Amino acid sequence: METLLTPTLELDKEGYLKNPAQWTPELARDFAAKANIVLTDKHFDVLNWLRAKHAEGVPLTIRKVGASGIVDIKKFYELFPGGPLKVSSKIAGIPKPASCI
Amino acid sequence: MKSLVILGAGTAGTMMANKLHHALNPVEWRITIVDRDNVHYYQPGFLFIPFGLYQPEDVVRPRTDFLPKGVTFIPQEVDRIDGNHDQVILSNGQTLHYEVLVVATGAEVVPEETEGMKAELWYKDIFDFYTFEGSTQLAKKLQNWQGGNLVINLAETLIKCPVAPLEFTFLADAFFEDKGIRDKVNITYVTPLSGAFTKPKATAMLSTLLDEKKIKVVPDFYLARVDNERKVLVSYDEQEVPFDLLVTVPVNKGSKMVERSGLGDEDGLNFMPTDKYTLQAKKFDNVFVIGDATNIPASKAGSVAHFEGEILLENVLSYIQGEALEARFDGHSNCFIETGHGKAALIDFNYETEPLPGKFPWPLLGPMDLLKPTRLNHVGKLAFKWVYWHMLLTGKTLPVPTHMSMSGKIKEETV
Repeated sequence: METLLTPTLELDKEGYLKNPAQWTPELARDFAAKANIVLTDKHFDVLNWLRAKHAEGVPLTIRKVGASGIVDIKKFYELFPGGPLKVSSKIAGIPKPASCI
Repeated sequence: MKSLVILGAGTAGTMMANKLHHALNPVEWRITIVDRDNVHYYQPGFLFIPFGLYQPEDVVRPRTDFLPKGVTFIPQEVDRIDGNHDQVILSNGQTLHYEVLVVATGAEVVPEETEGMKAELWYKDIFDFYTFEGSTQLAKKLQNWQGGNLVINLAETLIKCPVAPLEFTFLADAFFEDKGIRDKVNITYVTPLSGAFTKPKATAMLSTLLDEKKIKVVPDFYLARVDNERKVLVSYDEQEVPFDLLVTVPVNKGSKMVERSGLGDEDGLNFMPTDKYTLQAKKFDNVFVIGDATNIPASKAGSVAHFEGEILLENVLSYIQGEALEARFDGHSNCFIETGHGKAALIDFNYETEPLPGKFPWPLLGPMDLLKPTRLNHVGKLAFKWVYWHMLLTGKTLPVPTHMSMSGKIKEETV
């Protein structure tokens, strides 16, 4: 696991990838393994959607994921147990979701 | 004659009507403001009604009392905005053409969004306090309630006045203590956030207070449904919290009019995509959005609407002159947080700077403590009602800078 996290990867204090461009599917599997998640195609659909939205500068919420047409909120929780948006953002290599206000 | 139309005569709309009336030449511009009725509520007062601290009549006035003569008020539901033709269509079929449109249609609670929320127990054991009806019904309930599990829940992360549910919780603790039944009440604060509040330093201060008051916090709880039969809240990951009395902040949404106009954000919450600095609508250059109606990442609160108002006025005038929009909103928010027993805390922050401890310079009452419950802050909170009716709505300049100032704030761990 440590071998995949090469020294060139910069993570923030909480382990989120600092530069989303460094993300690879392999890295995602590695992050997922740390959260005890084995990634399926469905997981990757969500991750790719999150990455695309992040690239557009759209602030993400669980509700937005639920309205994405890819998963409903229930399924989102099943795929990424715990705090699904925080967990999936880390695996997707995008910053920790900022809760505004 | 040119036409400027304002949708919504709440805090933000009323304030803008006054400011724009003052700033625009009446020979050149006609100002029209539309709202569905002529009842203006002082929404910050809803918090105090359940505990008998305010009476219902303290929070209601006619909208027209605060609109300047020379501004036309139309009491009519808005059906939709037709931005491609610069017109607004009212539900009676009337159309209003505009050169400039200001959308100030606010946010509302929608308990119907959550399964089981507005069902058998609604206004029996489940109440909101974000509406006039909810807060007055809850006042009656609390008069005779003998104790049990009181649960305060936020159904969504994005809500109007994010500190209000915490204030409610602190006031409830004090209310039951004064009644002599605090030992018969378990208070639980159930939130979809990871902690008591969104920002770290304020969360730390508030968590300490919650601890001291023996209030249990259940974080990361995203409400899926309310089971009326068993009286439990159920989250999307099947956690459960039982209640005897549930005080909910239901899902908040923007106006249905935004949805009918096809102008809402993609999360389906009907808030309008808005430039967070200029307050111009993303979709139309001659449409501006203010207050709770926007999707900008700032608190949905009266103080925010006020600070936005100063920026919006400048930018509307620039737009009319054909100049670039140079005034920039910094996300400034300034909120008193009632903490019970005649004390309150104060937070002051913006897009970039979280609420910090220190002193807040206040010309009338003297410097106030930030992030710390004091009696003076409570006096400030109560004084705000007078300020609201007499200064804020009528568009007067308040003695608080529009952009957040670092003056008095203590930045790092030097505290």
